[in-house]
Amino acid sequence: MSLLIENARLVDPEARTVAPGWVLVEHGKIAASGSGAAPQAQQVHDAGGKCLAPGIVDIGVKIGEPGERHKESFRTAGRAAAAGGVTTVVTRPDTLPAIDTPEALEFVTRRANEAAPVNVLPMAALTKGREGREMVEIGFLRDAGAVAFTDCDSVVTDTKVLSRAMTYARSLDALVMTHPQEPILSRGAAVTSGKFATLKGLPAVSPMAERMGLERDLALVEMTGVRHHVDALSTAAALPALARAKSAGLDVTAGVNIHHLTLNALDVGDYRTFFKIKPPLRDEDDRLAMVQAVKDGLIDTISSFHTPQDEESKRLPYEEAASGAVGLETLLPAAMRLYHAELLDLPELFAAMALNPARRLGLPCGRLAPGAPADLVLFDPDAPFVLDRFKLNSKSKNTPFDGARMQGKVLLTLVAGVPVHGNL
Amino acid sequence: MTFHHRHLLGIEPLHPEEIRTILDLADQYVDLNRRAVKHADALAGLTQINMFFENSTRTQASFELAGKRLGADVMNMAMQASSIKKGETLIDTALTLNAMHPDLLVVRHPHSGAVDLLAQKVNCAVLNAGDGRHEHPTQALLDALTIRRAKGRLHRLNIAICGDIAHSRVARSNIILLGKMENRVRLVGPPTLMPSQVGELGVEVYEDMREGLKDVDVVMMLRLQRERMDGGFIPSEREYYHRYGLDAEKLSHAREDAIVMHPGPMNRGVEIDGTIADDINRSVIQEQVEMGVAVRMAAMDLLARNLRAADRPAGVMA
Repeated sequence: MSLLIENARLVDPEARTVAPGWVLVEHGKIAASGSGAAPQAQQVHDAGGKCLAPGIVDIGVKIGEPGERHKESFRTAGRAAAAGGVTTVVTRPDTLPAIDTPEALEFVTRRANEAAPVNVLPMAALTKGREGREMVEIGFLRDAGAVAFTDCDSVVTDTKVLSRAMTYARSLDALVMTHPQEPILSRGAAVTSGKFATLKGLPAVSPMAERMGLERDLALVEMTGVRHHVDALSTAAALPALARAKSAGLDVTAGVNIHHLTLNALDVGDYRTFFKIKPPLRDEDDRLAMVQAVKDGLIDTISSFHTPQDEESKRLPYEEAASGAVGLETLLPAAMRLYHAELLDLPELFAAMALNPARRLGLPCGRLAPGAPADLVLFDPDAPFVLDRFKLNSKSKNTPFDGARMQGKVLLTLVAGVPVHGNL
Repeated sequence: MTFHHRHLLGIEPLHPEEIRTILDLADQYVDLNRRAVKHADALAGLTQINMFFENSTRTQASFELAGKRLGADVMNMAMQASSIKKGETLIDTALTLNAMHPDLLVVRHPHSGAVDLLAQKVNCAVLNAGDGRHEHPTQALLDALTIRRAKGRLHRLNIAICGDIAHSRVARSNIILLGKMENRVRLVGPPTLMPSQVGELGVEVYEDMREGLKDVDVVMMLRLQRERMDGGFIPSEREYYHRYGLDAEKLSHAREDAIVMHPGPMNRGVEIDGTIADDINRSVIQEQVEMGVAVRMAAMDLLARNLRAADRPAGVMA
């Protein structure tokens, strides 16, 4: 069975080009692509001149299984991912209970295979119960399919525990992901300190807490030699430390949350809890610095940090409300804001959303090259719409973009050449 | 008469003219409160519920008295002892009370923004009696009335707010109100008790009390909450008193006719010397309490007028 997608604009993050062309899919893989005369195929799909890019690889997606299935299941998250052009979901282990044993990881893999139409790759906790005391069975978990190890937003405060876990992970060539935050300074904080926090009377944390956490983690990376990914940076003050680590040759990459590229602290407005995320939204200067860092390649990946929360956990006073926002379906249209604002071009965006995360995890996807899996997204970057949160596929509707005017619609999502959203 | 709001959630949404309207009406209520028979019927037939999710004696008593003097049926609910303990959410509590058709809801809550959230869910008028570190509008209004009556004006005054600014909703509401009325506001206190980037709110920040009090017309002291000591914000009460407690020597740097204010309850010997608090020539602390009742009568009267004027939908707005 061969499929030709013709009359497309090919967004190639490897070649850094956008050009008219076609892609030929055979046996679930990209067989060829080009711009000249298209080859014959059993099935031909006219892309109508819209953009065809590698499917998004989203590192750090929270799914409510096990423990909080009322917030999100593999089925609903899978549908949301497909609708958002996300072909590979890399799940977080901060579930109830945490994914800290091979048995728990096998549950995730099984549920994902049953229910999710997209690729699901699980991450595992770094320490048992994400409690920061004992490392997990990194070897067994790696063999069971864990692509990275992280305690998510529960920072390992005991540096001895973290250094040992990193050293052990290094011996297995496992990727360790940390959340850069000084946990004591940021304890109880709901927003970033500054004029807005002062006016609203909300407990706040200095943006410097992120730099402190990052500097510590990078020192441990230098000490242990572990492969390391910073889950999400959000402040300009932290960037020089990352640049130093990279230029010193440490095996470090870093991500950013799409919300930190498209929103700032003032968006919280009158205590709107859908804008409460972790780390909190930052100043506009920080937002622009993050965008520039993506452009410069200092920040490698953009993720949605999809965090479903039900209405009950958000309909509370700001301090008490849960953190997090759903993002699988809004990642691409939100990224298009950066494209339309001419801050980042399409190859830059898809390098950060597909190519770089795939490379970091050693996956063959994220590219348009022959031999790569046919995980593809066809989208119209210009199509306008007003987001209605109740139309999202996610079980939870906590998006900060409710009612927002957005551009960028996913027309077709293919996983291994099979449509999981839209029709051929 | 200018006052176009359904709720009194903070000073921030108020126009200077609206602030004047409240203060002018409050002036009339001061006169009423000094008569032998202190009764009016502005709120007759209306139901006022005081919901305090945080302990309060003075503010709750002041609101209760204000409502009763205007003829409202007043009910007090000590919320920390009731349904919150049973796990009911703030919004459910609001909806339950709303179904009893109150007209005025007076709310105090330990979290910033909680009163705003509650106001979105009920169809009566909501008065913020203090939410977290955010706002305490009736306190700022009663302070403004006190200043206006003592100084004869509420503009172009030099006013120093001293002490624990960071944790104080009274300070925030006062900064906003006094700024709106075109006064020069100074904040005086140790940097650990100063909120971040507070200078951007149009105030001058002083770490030295004597410099901060130099030539001011009004000295507004704030209560130092004892739990701040445990949080490591200041080294000790005695060092705090030495550097930031208001005594005669520090007060001598202010103008000779400067007045001394305190929202109460006071910690004598921590933030203020007892003899200054009791000095009838300088201290207006008792007047502040008196103005509190009048200002709350005025605020509830104005909200009730808007309530009557508005076409109120029946039932619950969820």
